Amino acid sequence: MIEARGLARTFKTRTGVVEAVAGVDFSVAAGEIVGLLGPNGAGKTTTQRMLATLLVPTAGEATVAGCDLRRDPVGVRRQLGYVSQSGGTNPAAKVDEELVTQAELYGVARREAATRARQLRDLLDLPELGDRLIKTLSGGQRRRLDIALGLVHRPKLIFLDEPSTGLDPQSRANLWSHIRAVRDRDRATILLTTHYLDEADALCDRILIIDHGKIVAHGAPAELKRRISGDLVTFDVADVARARGVLAAHREARDVTEVAGGLQVTVDRGETQALPLMRALDDAGAGVGALSIRHPTLDDVFLALTGRSLRDAPA
Amino acid sequence: MRLLLREPVWIVIVMIQPLLYLALFAPLLDPISKTRGFPPGDPWQVFVPGLLVQLGIFGSMFVGFGIIAEIRFGTVERMRVTPASRLGLLLGRVLRDALVLLLQATLLTLIAVAFGLRVPAIGALIVVLIVVLLGVALSSLSYAAGMWLKSEDALAPLLNMVSVPVLLLSGILLPMELAPRWLRFLAEINPFSHIVDGSRAAFRGDLGNTSLEVALACALGLAVMGVAIANRTFQRESA
Repeated sequence: MIEARGLARTFKTRTGVVEAVAGVDFSVAAGEIVGLLGPNGAGKTTTQRMLATLLVPTAGEATVAGCDLRRDPVGVRRQLGYVSQSGGTNPAAKVDEELVTQAELYGVARREAATRARQLRDLLDLPELGDRLIKTLSGGQRRRLDIALGLVHRPKLIFLDEPSTGLDPQSRANLWSHIRAVRDRDRATILLTTHYLDEADALCDRILIIDHGKIVAHGAPAELKRRISGDLVTFDVADVARARGVLAAHREARDVTEVAGGLQVTVDRGETQALPLMRALDDAGAGVGALSIRHPTLDDVFLALTGRSLRDAPA
Repeated sequence: MRLLLREPVWIVIVMIQPLLYLALFAPLLDPISKTRGFPPGDPWQVFVPGLLVQLGIFGSMFVGFGIIAEIRFGTVERMRVTPASRLGLLLGRVLRDALVLLLQATLLTLIAVAFGLRVPAIGALIVVLIVVLLGVALSSLSYAAGMWLKSEDALAPLLNMVSVPVLLLSGILLPMELAPRWLRFLAEINPFSHIVDGSRAAFRGDLGNTSLEVALACALGLAVMGVAIANRTFQRESA
């Protein structure tokens, strides 16, 4: 469905040339949900915008939904549903007005457009909201409307740019089930970007991890997580050398590394295994000050895959 | 593909400005029409075409702010990923603006008739046509400027910089016959002053006057140029 070869994009800014995407190669098969996972500024959105014909790549080629990106952008547009990060609705318009207008932009006749608007509102749980002004919708409703707008022409390929950013946990879980429903109904292929590991985990068949404009790892979520399996436990200790010796005797404590003011280990289940370890450290007189347990995050995936921490880059 | 974006809000507020001119400025017409240099014809026939041209300029000039808001909402981008033609996306907006302007110009003329204007119907129709062409030109250019600048803070001073000299040099407010040579020369190269002259001839019923042909040619030329420039901007921004 997507075949990208050496796709790259540089931007000229006042301070110099920024290489947003530094040549990515990947392919997406029909019916897959693939996630582009990475921190802000990694190049996820730029990659998606290039594939959506919104940005001309500075280098590279791509075939999207059977159409050449450079030679036939209109063909790509016809088959693609694109939902941008911020949506694209006019707050002063009504829900059905936007849905019908959007369908008409794809050449759908008005009567058929009205039918589709109703179907999509049912599918995305926006039933009686056709006449509501968009500015009166809740954040979750508005996001579902954004997605509905991307589906009016029944695209085979759907791009979602950070679909759940800014939503509360309940609305996110709800949105995920809707995205799955869309895939199951239309047998569509979905390429989404996210910087949440849990979102990629919940939705994607395959994840491409992207950083500094390059794909640094790819695979199924379970596969990637296996590399960082377990919880991270950090002990603040007074005597690091002694503590290291104690932990070395415990096989369940893996990957002992020194961090500021203490040691970090990986265990399978932090909640049950941390306390016995702390007791052992205390008994040996290592002087344990504090203990913290963390479940793996994108940061840890990064650490495990790239050997460095997730950087804090501007969006 | 033709796109007619139906906007739920009909902007009638732009009408208020010419109506205020009509109500608050027109009473001064009678005494001033006796001064030297005042264009020929009944003062109403001089004043109302000027107002109509002014409506055409100021009613359309600020639509660029709308496209900046649309860029901000993401609406423009949402439409850019659709297969709809770029020219269609432009003309849909421009024709909507032209339609609003047509209604406003017609309304203004009818109200002026109620105030005491006497005008041949054919002359009024031609002037309304000129005003709509002006609207097409200026709203296209305004969209192009909005797409280009993407910022209200930059668009507002640009529009002011353009509109004030165009208005002052068009002879809408004060007749350019009073102007010294250098100023009159500037008015001569301002297409809007020719459009105002032609429109006044049409309102007098002087349909054979060459100034009317010049006015129509200017308005048509501006409209074609405006759409062409805006079309290029829309194509380019939509890479």
